[in-house]
Amino acid sequence: MSGQSRSGQSRGVIERSLATFVDALQHTFHAEELAKKRGLLQRLDARVKIVAILPLIIIAALARQLTVICALFTFAVAIALLSRVPPSTLAKRVWLPVLAFTGLISLPAPFLTPGKVIYSLPLLGWTITAQGLRSAIYLIMRAETAATFSILVILCTPWTNVLKALRVFRFPTALVVIVGMTYRYIFLLLQTAHDMFQSRKSRMVGQLDGRELRRTATASAGVLMSKTLQLSEDVHLAMRSRGFRGEVYVLNEFQTGWFDWVMLPLFTGIAVLAFWFGR
Amino acid sequence: MHIPDGYLSPSTCAVLYGAAMPFWYVAFARIKRLLHTRLVPLVAVSSAFCFVIMMFNVPLPGGTTGHALGVGAATVALGPWASMLSLSIALLIQAVFFGDGGITTLGANCFNMAIVGSVVAHLVYRAVAGRSTLASQRRAMAAALAGYAAINASALLAGCELGIQPLFFKDAGGSPLYAPYPLHIAIPAMMIGHLTFAGLAELVVSAGVVAYLQRSNPSLLSHSSSRETDDAVAQSAHRAGWGRTGPLWVRLALLMVLTPLGILAAGTAWGEWSGRDFSSPEMRQTIASASSNVAPPLKPPEGLERLSSIWSAPFPQYAPPFVRRPAFGYVMSAMFGSGIILGAFRLIGWMLAGGNGATKASP
Repeated sequence: MSGQSRSGQSRGVIERSLATFVDALQHTFHAEELAKKRGLLQRLDARVKIVAILPLIIIAALARQLTVICALFTFAVAIALLSRVPPSTLAKRVWLPVLAFTGLISLPAPFLTPGKVIYSLPLLGWTITAQGLRSAIYLIMRAETAATFSILVILCTPWTNVLKALRVFRFPTALVVIVGMTYRYIFLLLQTAHDMFQSRKSRMVGQLDGRELRRTATASAGVLMSKTLQLSEDVHLAMRSRGFRGEVYVLNEFQTGWFDWVMLPLFTGIAVLAFWFGR
Repeated sequence: MHIPDGYLSPSTCAVLYGAAMPFWYVAFARIKRLLHTRLVPLVAVSSAFCFVIMMFNVPLPGGTTGHALGVGAATVALGPWASMLSLSIALLIQAVFFGDGGITTLGANCFNMAIVGSVVAHLVYRAVAGRSTLASQRRAMAAALAGYAAINASALLAGCELGIQPLFFKDAGGSPLYAPYPLHIAIPAMMIGHLTFAGLAELVVSAGVVAYLQRSNPSLLSHSSSRETDDAVAQSAHRAGWGRTGPLWVRLALLMVLTPLGILAAGTAWGEWSGRDFSSPEMRQTIASASSNVAPPLKPPEGLERLSSIWSAPFPQYAPPFVRRPAFGYVMSAMFGSGIILGAFRLIGWMLAGGNGATKASP
């Protein structure tokens, strides 16, 4: 029995790590596919998109009226539909994970928050307060709305454009380049880690106990760190060989059109209204 | 521990973005000074490593698995400044591209995990490892403790941030607007998971990575903790004056940000009663219960009443009259008070130095 359980654990640990790596890669490829579709958000300039959506995320966090937060959530769903983002993708990527996490966290709030009792559970005698219930709904709706807006920007914008648009917020150019390179090398290191685990799995014929499994996982992390630092040296030499002297430049290829200038006031107007009514 | 959007009020988020900014600035400046052209590739690839290491499933004693943050391993191998920068960028990519952690709460997440985590990990590692050799077991143990302490310090901070939300932010009906649980629930809820599984995962990864590097690639450990690098950092810090006064400035800024915690204390400090308090039945009861049930006099003492009207403070109760939020008033008062004290000492220093040279001598 114990052998079976150890075997199950060893398979589980390596396969779970592999599944996590593959899931991250799939998530990105799916986002790249959606970003190529022709929808409302895809047609907008990346800078306009960030300037239009970021205030909505902040106002969803600021609003003190549930109706306003719910209205913002409905607006986010409408944008998603107009941007050809399937509700199933949003449900799988955002709504269900956020509901599972935040729902679990806010579950005890109706019972623990002091206030006006609106219901008493039979048998257990636990009381649900109006204030507690409202606070749980606040938390869930805020988290769902903000996460829906954030994921919409990412799903409908090629990542290189998201990074370049960060300069609108006066991000130092070096930092934008670092974030861009980080994003690229994440995939290389994910692939490396995936290959390491895959080759380990293919060589494994016996069963590993917990101690041995821990040693395998941490040694893999150590190998990855050595490879990372070696890689940074290689990349540095490659950059130097092409004339890199510490200064970084980013090409600016953004262009705004009439559609951007129509949509920007519309989004801003909705943000102002939400701010006003949500005070 | 990645706090999502909606759990913290925008003002808390703004304060924590503000708290993180000086660390990012100093970290970026120091690393740039040390690495020059190596900055971009090293930080980029290290950030990618921090991102990937967070995805590793670590088998824990008892048959479960957990994810580590990698703050212990990153701090030991890269040093605290590069670690806080790399982890912050990894957290940014997690929040923006993968929806793990919020965008409004990114400053809080970076402050808790990347900044405080790296600083705590570095201090614990240096304290425990001491002057032991690179191959000694003491270093692996130091890394384990560093990772465990760092993740728990981060969790404690996150618990405090979540726990103060219902105290300050409620709607008109009294419902908490953000994270609903007060400190006595939020802190244990955060700490139980981190003192056990998450802390254990961090401990295993930190110790395991350092032990592996000791066997296979000890130069990586010497690179990050070599005297040469430390001396270069110390010299450049000394030149900038940061080495002497830097930690004090950081502590002062932290204390200023934390001043609103004073609002949490219920009642009035013993012996700090005003003349009006002696005629209020509720305050009389509070004074009596805090004074071994000795009832206070019915009228305020004559001397107290007379002298208390001599001076009326511009910021009574640490809040100027035009400030509506007491928390903001506390922070303002802290900045104002600290500014006056620092100004006074600078003036004294200038006078002692004979009116010149003081500015040259002081960094």
